[in-house]
Amino acid sequence: MSHHLVEFKNVFFRYPDGTEALKGISFRITHGESVGIVGANGAGKSTLLLHMNGYLMPTSGTVTISDLSLTKKTRQDIRRKVGIVFQNPDDQLFMPTVFDDVAFGPLNLGMDETHVRERVHEALRLVNSLDLCNKPPHHLSGGQKSAVAIAAVISMEPDILVMDEPAANLDPKSRRSLITLLKTFAHSKIVASHDLDLILDVCQRCIVIKDGAVVADGPADEILANKILLEENNLELPLSRQNIKTP
Amino acid sequence: MTFDEKYFNIGHLDRISYQDTCVHRLDPRVKVIATMLFLITVVSFPKYEVVALFPFFLFPVLLMTIGEIPILFIVKKVLLVSPFAVFIGIFNPFLDTRTAAVIAGIPVSAGWISFVAIMLKFSLTISAAILLIATTSFPGVCHALRQLGFPSLFTAQLLFLYRYLFVLMEESMRIIRARDMRSFGKRGTGVKVVVRLIGILFLRTVDRAERIYYAMLSRGFQGDILSLKQSHLRTSDLAFMAVTIALLTVFRFFRVTEQIGSFAQELLR
Amino acid sequence: MHMADALLSPAVGTTFWAGTAAVSCYASQKLKKQIDDKMVPLMGVLGAFIFAAQMINFTIPGTGSSGHLGGGMILTIILGPYAAFLVMASVLTVQALFFADGGLLALGCNIWNLGFYPCFLVYPLIYKPLIGNSQSPGRIIAVSIVSAITALQLGAFSVVMETFLSGKSELPFSTFVLMMQPIHLAIGIVEGFVTAGVINYVHSARPELLDSIALSRPLAAEVSLKKILITFAVLIVITGGALSWFASTNPDGLEWSIEKVTGKGELPEQEHGVVAVLKGFQEKTAFLPDYGFKPAGNEAKKEEATPSWPGIEAGTSVAGIVGAAIVLCTIMLIGLGIRVFRRRQDER
Repeated sequence: MSHHLVEFKNVFFRYPDGTEALKGISFRITHGESVGIVGANGAGKSTLLLHMNGYLMPTSGTVTISDLSLTKKTRQDIRRKVGIVFQNPDDQLFMPTVFDDVAFGPLNLGMDETHVRERVHEALRLVNSLDLCNKPPHHLSGGQKSAVAIAAVISMEPDILVMDEPAANLDPKSRRSLITLLKTFAHSKIVASHDLDLILDVCQRCIVIKDGAVVADGPADEILANKILLEENNLELPLSRQNIKTP
Repeated sequence: MTFDEKYFNIGHLDRISYQDTCVHRLDPRVKVIATMLFLITVVSFPKYEVVALFPFFLFPVLLMTIGEIPILFIVKKVLLVSPFAVFIGIFNPFLDTRTAAVIAGIPVSAGWISFVAIMLKFSLTISAAILLIATTSFPGVCHALRQLGFPSLFTAQLLFLYRYLFVLMEESMRIIRARDMRSFGKRGTGVKVVVRLIGILFLRTVDRAERIYYAMLSRGFQGDILSLKQSHLRTSDLAFMAVTIALLTVFRFFRVTEQIGSFAQELLR
Repeated sequence: MHMADALLSPAVGTTFWAGTAAVSCYASQKLKKQIDDKMVPLMGVLGAFIFAAQMINFTIPGTGSSGHLGGGMILTIILGPYAAFLVMASVLTVQALFFADGGLLALGCNIWNLGFYPCFLVYPLIYKPLIGNSQSPGRIIAVSIVSAITALQLGAFSVVMETFLSGKSELPFSTFVLMMQPIHLAIGIVEGFVTAGVINYVHSARPELLDSIALSRPLAAEVSLKKILITFAVLIVITGGALSWFASTNPDGLEWSIEKVTGKGELPEQEHGVVAVLKGFQEKTAFLPDYGFKPAGNEAKKEEATPSWPGIEAGTSVAGIVGAAIVLCTIMLIGLGIRVFRRRQDER
């Protein structure tokens, strides 16, 4: 199936100041997969994510999303297919009310009022946030904001959902709700995170990035059991796998 | 006001503005126009008119009670900003000493009369402005402005300002606290330090703007911030408008207070 | 300092609102066609930044009192005149609505005083020419101080003019000027320092940043010197003419009782043009003639025990005072009544 595909082929990227952030990244994610992306700080995870909807363009190599090759012309279309949820919800909830934020995407897709309202309703229902509809974002708690930020992205019904550190600012309860929620989504999911337990819970596959290149790519179960590999990348075994001896 | 006071004060006003009462449910356009008409009417009274201003207090009182807005809150706010008006107005009694009237045997100078007029007008106009926000919510006012013809570029960035006002104030608060914890009295609060702090805040702000823009692009932004069709005016809105205009006209052009007073005097005789 | 509604007359207020509205529309139109998409969120967020920056106050060396950044100059330097004007307008709008800092009717005046001068006069005529292409910190400090002082002096002077032309305050023009200008000179110096300091800091920390923002707005959006000077000249003629009319004949806007009070003798009978029309309009719409004049017709007021002093009665007759007390009590009762009614409703 060529749709819902994310493919990076030998992607290199250099920042204007000369930093080589990506050095030959290659992988292929197919329809319905859920993939975790892990690595040390500065390994290139964020830069990688920024390529997925064309905010950054590769210096060389190709990025293919569904059957579209990423170019300046195809960026807008690609943005309809890839929904990215960022680390800080305050940066994504920029409209005066929750409704406005969740409606922002569908309106930009050119939908009419009835359909926009339907999409907003459905998206908020999926994240259990219908009661927040008319509130301004700055009246929401961290967990509520995260949920609404996700709703704002899924209201566009993207094929591929990309998330950058989704649970970073959440308390344990909200984090658990998020994990449960993500497991119900049928989208292809790409999650970049340091929270290895979350990745273990949500993703079937795991890609490890080091110094701008892929150093491991396989089933999450295996990768996240490989203590040596993880420690080479400034990571640890997921807490659930560490044999913490209680005194 | 200390920083915290200023911050929580507007946070409080902001929360009040999202309440749900029949005043809050009135169309924002109607409230904006009514407020402006109110202000022009009050301000159009001549310098020495005092007594005719009293009926106008009906508006703030009605808005506060029906809108369930804490009266003390409004009063405090009015008092807080009054120094400027007092400062300018207080010259009147000293400079305009012609006796204008004798009340209960005491001569009252024209200057005092105009001073009282200024203070009354001040209370009315300031409370009207605060009550507009208190009963409408800031985004409501912005949407009203856009529909009333203000440039959409202006209202769009006004909404962004509002959205990030609290976010940036919190950031600022954190920066100030960090400074205060290390400044031992006045040593760390010089201009040099402040400049650096503002500079840091500025850089963070620009970076934030970049991230926001990226988030907008990611959700399909192509230059115009679109919105759904706005609601229509309802009968209650039109009724409110009509009543307001009627009362303003009556209070402005008819000597209501004095008529009531004369009438009462007749009764007592 | 912000103008308050209570000191304003409708004529002055609406005139400045008209001026501000015209400039805002013009600025919006100019920007809309040409700016980068990212300017709108940047403008909004920088407006919020001004508020946040104003919270960071500092002790002014030598005086011990605290001060804070105003923002007009720094916004213009970063965003250019058109965008900065709109952002200043937003900041002042939020101040008027949320902080009751300056009235809504006076908002037109305040935006003009604190926005127009820095953005469209000082920046193109003083800052840009003097700065040239230099990025030397010393020069930036000097030019910023001169610019800030000029902008604030113009703004302060405008406040004086607006108050004076409105005629609600007795403060003599000269006294007011002597009070306002020196204070704002001091404020201007500090503002200049802080503005320059921040600009220099940004230059050293992120040299390319201000240039990249400038790229988001094309150079065509810069204000041309010739246009400004012509506009300024036209504005002076118009405002000078119109407002001096108002000032000389109608110090209270459309009310003219002050004529009698200052003992100017007879009312100026021979007015022509705009003033006569306005006068006629006022006479026809005011149901009862204004106090302070020879009583017209049979509308003599009840003046128990008040000897007739020349000029102002201003409703200080007994009837007026009695009426005022009754009105106040009635309003309070209405208010209380509604509150009680609401509480009963909530309890059900």
